[in-house]
Amino acid sequence: MSTSTCPECAANVAIPANAMQHELIPCPDCGTELEIVSLNPVVLELAPEVEEDWGE
Amino acid sequence: MMRVGVVVSHIRPEEKLLISAFQARGIEPDILLDREIIFDLTARAEQPAPSGVPWSAYDLIMERSVSTSRGLYTLAVLGSWGLNAINRYETAATCADKLRTTIALTRAGVPQPRALTAFDPDSAVQAIETLGYPAVLKPVTGSWGRLLARVHDRDSAEAIIEHRQTLGDYNHHTYYVQEYVAKPGRDIRAFVVGTRTICAIYRDSPHWITNTARGGRASNCPVTAELDDLCQRAAQAVGGGILAIDVLEDPERGLLVNEVNHTMEFRNSSAPTGVDIAAEVVEYALSAVRVMA
Repeated sequence: MSTSTCPECAANVAIPANAMQHELIPCPDCGTELEIVSLNPVVLELAPEVEEDWGE
Repeated sequence: MMRVGVVVSHIRPEEKLLISAFQARGIEPDILLDREIIFDLTARAEQPAPSGVPWSAYDLIMERSVSTSRGLYTLAVLGSWGLNAINRYETAATCADKLRTTIALTRAGVPQPRALTAFDPDSAVQAIETLGYPAVLKPVTGSWGRLLARVHDRDSAEAIIEHRQTLGDYNHHTYYVQEYVAKPGRDIRAFVVGTRTICAIYRDSPHWITNTARGGRASNCPVTAELDDLCQRAAQAVGGGILAIDVLEDPERGLLVNEVNHTMEFRNSSAPTGVDIAAEVVEYALSAVRVMA
């Protein structure tokens, strides 16, 4: 398991071994939803804001 | 080797489960980000997908965008090219619009709460009062229980309508009003895959909005013959495919179909039901490819 840094609060974020590129994960400290935009190296960005047409 | 693409906005637990289910069948799907799509609407399917592979090379494309508009237009384009995309555009377009869903259910004779539509603020108040208080105002498009309003009296009706008229775009000026059903602290979410109701959950909540996205708690709901029949009829009414049917239990009339969802979320539903929903979805999608081949 690798770690990266939350771009919002700089906390350490553990990246699960089975993580996928473009997967969403929450920051364990600030709760911000993050997107794994790259796995090698791990790069986290703020996930897109929820838009009005999002859903099922 | 079968070539599969999965169109996503990003990877949620559902997409991860679906990708794993494809991999379990020896298929490594291409992840196609909707944010990277550029369609040449005047050309054919030989143009490249975000993967670089021509769209026409895909045997199956599963649409899983969390963005309804992106998903719908993607299905519209892929459907126009005759590609095997799931769900079909016509089904998705019906389900994405509560008004059109209601029309489809009505035409098929599927029991549902009474619903009225009006286009003017005064007419909207009349529609609400035709149903009686409380009534439920819903946007015609939208999900996760957003912007639903249980309206208890004329004061709140006028206030909500004024807000929607002033702050909302034109989509919010179509007033879809649904009879409030006094459900027993829960509703039912049933999962239909093709011609089978594979499982269902109760969504319990002290709040009148029971979506699991809003905190509703999932537990297994037995798929009775009555529930199965209702869900099959609802699924066929909107064109069939991979669908989640939301069902209300009316104390007097029994089961009523509330909504039908075409890009269903199921992260909380496999554990209580014991059904591998992702595996069922993938098996159905692949069988559809085999039928077309």
